[in-house]
Amino acid sequence: MSLLIRGGRIIDSTSTDDEGRVADVLIDGDRIVQVLDSGSEVRADDVLDATGCVVSPGFVDLHVHLREPGREESETIETGSRAAARGGFTAVVAMPNTEPPHDSRVVVDFVRDQGRRAGLCEVVPSGCITVGRAGQTLAPFAELREAGVRFFTDDGNGVQDAQLMRRALEYAGQLGLTLAQHCEVASLTHGAVMHEGACCSRLGLPGWPSLAEELMVHRDIELCRLTGSPVHFLHLSTERSVEMVRAAKAEGLAVTAEAAPHHFTLTDEALSGFDPTFKVNPPLRTPADIAALKRGLADGTIDAIATDHAPHAPHLKEQPLDQAPPGMLGLETALALALTELAMPLRDVVAALSWKPAAIAHLADRHGRPIAAGEPANLAVFDPSATWTIDRGELASRSRNTPYHGRTVRGRVRHTVFGGQAVVVDGTATK
Amino acid sequence: MKHVRSIDELGVDGIVRILKVAEHMAEVNRRPVPKVPALVGKTVVSLFFEDSTRTRISFETAARRLSADTMTFSVSTSSVNKGESLRDTVETVSAMGVAAFVIRHKSSGVPWQMANWTDASIVNAGDGWHQHPTQALLDCHSIIGAFGIEPAPSCLRGLTITIVGDVRHSRVARSDMEAFTALGATVRLVGPRTLMPPDATPWGVEITDDFDATLRDSDVVYMLRMQRERMNEALVPHLGEYSTRFGLDAVRAARMKKGAVVMHPGPMNRGVEMMIDPSELPRSLVTNQVASGVSVRMAVLFDVLGGQEVAS
Repeated sequence: MSLLIRGGRIIDSTSTDDEGRVADVLIDGDRIVQVLDSGSEVRADDVLDATGCVVSPGFVDLHVHLREPGREESETIETGSRAAARGGFTAVVAMPNTEPPHDSRVVVDFVRDQGRRAGLCEVVPSGCITVGRAGQTLAPFAELREAGVRFFTDDGNGVQDAQLMRRALEYAGQLGLTLAQHCEVASLTHGAVMHEGACCSRLGLPGWPSLAEELMVHRDIELCRLTGSPVHFLHLSTERSVEMVRAAKAEGLAVTAEAAPHHFTLTDEALSGFDPTFKVNPPLRTPADIAALKRGLADGTIDAIATDHAPHAPHLKEQPLDQAPPGMLGLETALALALTELAMPLRDVVAALSWKPAAIAHLADRHGRPIAAGEPANLAVFDPSATWTIDRGELASRSRNTPYHGRTVRGRVRHTVFGGQAVVVDGTATK
Repeated sequence: MKHVRSIDELGVDGIVRILKVAEHMAEVNRRPVPKVPALVGKTVVSLFFEDSTRTRISFETAARRLSADTMTFSVSTSSVNKGESLRDTVETVSAMGVAAFVIRHKSSGVPWQMANWTDASIVNAGDGWHQHPTQALLDCHSIIGAFGIEPAPSCLRGLTITIVGDVRHSRVARSDMEAFTALGATVRLVGPRTLMPPDATPWGVEITDDFDATLRDSDVVYMLRMQRERMNEALVPHLGEYSTRFGLDAVRAARMKKGAVVMHPGPMNRGVEMMIDPSELPRSLVTNQVASGVSVRMAVLFDVLGGQEVAS
């Protein structure tokens, strides 16, 4: 099967500007075979029109919750993969907080295989840092590495014990693995519902202090310095966190970081109506934090945009705010929010969505690649100027908990090609 | 007004309107037969997910004096114990034809979430640490009665009201601060930093831990209930130290401004924040508050259900 993507402008890691070369991309099997001047005479079994669109390497999401196994009423690997494909993602890193969690080979093999069966993107299981994500004993890093896992986290639970985290970094570093931390000192956030500040004071809700994140960012920067092992910071949400990571990078420490679209687009005031859709961990914070995250993305302190896609079935989100689980959908809206809200060159936005996270997740051999002959055909085709209104009823996710229902945004994925197959055509998943 | 959920939503005009109607209701309550047909045929359901004595009885008395039909739903005997969700409970009861829900819940915000699931009016009888608007209204009603003030915008201007104790966890304090400042009073908070909201800038009130220094110029000393479990959360060292610093005793009572009043929302913790029997105070409004409660809640139910004119 050959596939021709016709008339798009190509932006990849070799681009030096936002213009991009207008070209046709010919794919055969799972590889790009030729990049031709646009309009060249070429035969292909199928043609995707990319006029007015950008053709880029497929996006890589370092942070998604696919809920399978265990919470299939909220999402399955298939429905989550479909949401990913519609968002332009060709690889997603599945967080380990399933039931059972990703702390054994049998579970990570299952997750990867379910991803293959869905065939809409590459589902990359992360591994737990500790058994059962309980923060007590180390998960079997080498066994999970044998199963292809390179990226480990207890996401949702920060590793509280500094000694245990030190040991984890020492042990994992030798194996060439990356540990990712959900930074939250739990003793400071017991019962917390939203950002600690004027808004939580007014609404009578327990506050989630910025300090809880910042203390652990600080600790793990120092553990990175001590051990030399890489640390990735998940979903940074505060100004001080960004500043600490910036300083650590300036010292040459092996730290990387991600930010989620909701943290650079929404503030704690969104909870004024007590809608649990806006409850998320870490919580929505302040305009000053948003500005700091945007600066961090713009200057590269924050490497990646990651969605923290966290589906929850309606009955879970209809509980009282203090009981409802935290989390919001993200896969199908990430590109549009980034293009709408970030004053960054297009190339830098694509970098933060594609080749930079691909490198962090140890996927750079097959995702975020330059668009050239011989490369794997994992591609996103999007119209950066298309405006559309987000409608939760039209999402591919099994859940509906997007905080952006009714919001008009700019930038829309048109086609997604995964493994040489057009898995999304004109915004619709082909399977 | 469709709902009475917070002082903020009510606004100054709503507060004054309800306080004026409450004066009429107080007159009804003084009659030999304190009952009017204002809400005949309307059903008011009390949904109490948290224990309460005075608030629930006060609302039910208010509804009956307006001739509404009342139903009480208490969690201990309901399908909530079979795992029924809040939404299903509200939708089920609502389907029976309910004009208003009076809701008490331990979680902040439930009266707002409920509005998605019913067309009935919602009266907030206390949500988490957030709001207890009828308490604030009855407190205003008690204060204007005690000081001989007519309800009007800015009618509390010139009064200094000192709220003492656990403001952080108090829906009474949040509602009172908003109502008192909306009517022009100067509000001051007294307590340790651990029991104050993380950021009090929304209310523009002064915070101090020097109770004694506030006594000489406070017109109202409003004592909050101190819950015993706060000690376990390292918010105060122990209740004895709390009482010494923030309890109202005879010595402090004697140093209060002449004519100043003491208030408490109940239930009182005698020997903790109240080291003196209210009857021994020069001027206590504690029983007036309870009496005001019925009149104010009649006014609130009348406001949301827009019944016929009150029979005069």
